[in-house]
Amino acid sequence: MKFLLLIYGNPENWEHPMFLRDPGYLALPEAERRELAAQADALFEEIRESGEFVSGTALADPVTTRTVRVREGSAAVTDGPFGESKEQLAGYFVVDCDGPERAAEIAGRFPDARFAAVEVRPIMDTAGREM
Amino acid sequence: MSTGTGTEDLLRRLAPRVLAALVRRHGHFESAEDAVQEALLAAATRWPEDGVPDRPDAWLIRVASRRLADLLRSEEAGRRREERVAATTPRDELLAPAADEDRGDDTLTLLLLCCHPSLTPPSRIALTLRAVGGLTTAEIARAFLVPEATMAQRISRAKRRVRASGARFNLPPEPERAERLRSVLHVLYLIFNEGYTATSGADLRRGDLTREAIRLTRTVHDLLPADGEVAGLLALMLLTEARGPARTGPDGSLVPLAEQDRSRWSRRPLEEGVALITRTLARARLGPYQVQAAIAAVHAEAAHAGGTDWRQVVALYRLLDDLEPGPVVTLNHAVAVAMVDGPHAGLALLEPLDADDRMAGHHRLHAVRAHLLEMAGEREAARDGYLTAARLTTSLPEQRYLRERAARLPGTP
Repeated sequence: MKFLLLIYGNPENWEHPMFLRDPGYLALPEAERRELAAQADALFEEIRESGEFVSGTALADPVTTRTVRVREGSAAVTDGPFGESKEQLAGYFVVDCDGPERAAEIAGRFPDARFAAVEVRPIMDTAGREM
Repeated sequence: MSTGTGTEDLLRRLAPRVLAALVRRHGHFESAEDAVQEALLAAATRWPEDGVPDRPDAWLIRVASRRLADLLRSEEAGRRREERVAATTPRDELLAPAADEDRGDDTLTLLLLCCHPSLTPPSRIALTLRAVGGLTTAEIARAFLVPEATMAQRISRAKRRVRASGARFNLPPEPERAERLRSVLHVLYLIFNEGYTATSGADLRRGDLTREAIRLTRTVHDLLPADGEVAGLLALMLLTEARGPARTGPDGSLVPLAEQDRSRWSRRPLEEGVALITRTLARARLGPYQVQAAIAAVHAEAAHAGGTDWRQVVALYRLLDDLEPGPVVTLNHAVAVAMVDGPHAGLALLEPLDADDRMAGHHRLHAVRAHLLEMAGEREAARDGYLTAARLTTSLPEQRYLRERAARLPGTP
């Protein structure tokens, strides 16, 4: 099953990987920080090596966001949104894994899950069983 | 993988034999598998022009052996290995084994290796399709809708795992063999389902997986004709495949079994499947694949849905529930019971599933319950059930089907 993992971050500065700039992370003792960074590296290596990693992308700073709305036939392009929410979508991963349990396990091992959140969304399949 | 030219069919049939010959003589499963892929590619480009050699297997073994030597030479610390390969490079008579020397066991050994317990199911599937099925990584990746790099990772990890597990290229000892064979059958069934659930259009290439699964299962059946479960799985695949033309509408929508136009079922696989399972049930030890094939055969033998012998289906599901209990069996059992004893009897069977974590939030439980509620005339509850199922499924065609079912039951405005 394929899942989209949406990685949310809450950084002081927009720089990937996002959790390294999270105030919560920066407040940790040095040894714990090193451990978390190593944990993230190990996770990426694990899902790449297992063939579960399908794709992933880091997103640019939200200040570069533009929103397009078409109303009455004409497009209005605005900068932003610069929402109130401090948690921002930082990037995403697509994984192809055994099922929702494994997807949640992978999500939980992103350090970002500890400081902000990782959302797990199943990807729709074009195949279907006879009902 | 769908071109199905003569050369391609021949190459796919020879692939496991060539790989087995290489591994037997030189070891190095990982590199040997790569070498065989390259030899197959060379043959696929050269044979159509130069003609198929007199001994195509010997040709492939020779080219693959040479390629294996190259691969090992280019590996670091390859010096000593290269000498070993040179020392074991077979003489010509070994390269061209007499036809009666052709060991069918090799394909089985290879399958058992590819479905080794140290591998995850996706890795078993990928490795089986490549090493035994002779498909390229790109073809397998396309069939599973993942990037080639992802599939390449799965295959190379699977090969490393096989090596690390210390598995030898031998049939496993007798006591282990039955269990290992079960794992092979499960992988073949997963490959079949992956192809079968794909509908049409953009997914045509995925559909080729059903054909590949049937081909491989047939090979195993030829090697182990007395094994009832192998025969049962082959019959199950044939009977399921036979419904293929009727199970989707022209627009790709799903058509449930009860509404399928049975004149569109493919006669040949259907007849072969019925004959095979009938023969097998008479003489083999019973197992879950045989029972599932028997259920499919009961459906196949009814000229129209109304003529289905539901009593027999219920009895078979009860048997399946004894052999291999599980929530999906319970769901199907409940539908059959409802056809015999009425929807309320079926609904009662579903109740324990609410407490089953595997099923409670699963769309199929809601879909089946909605179906039985509809039979019971509880239109509103049925409609809610279909809509809940539609929200929970992650399949686009299933979602569409479930919404249509709900739309047939308009609620009070």
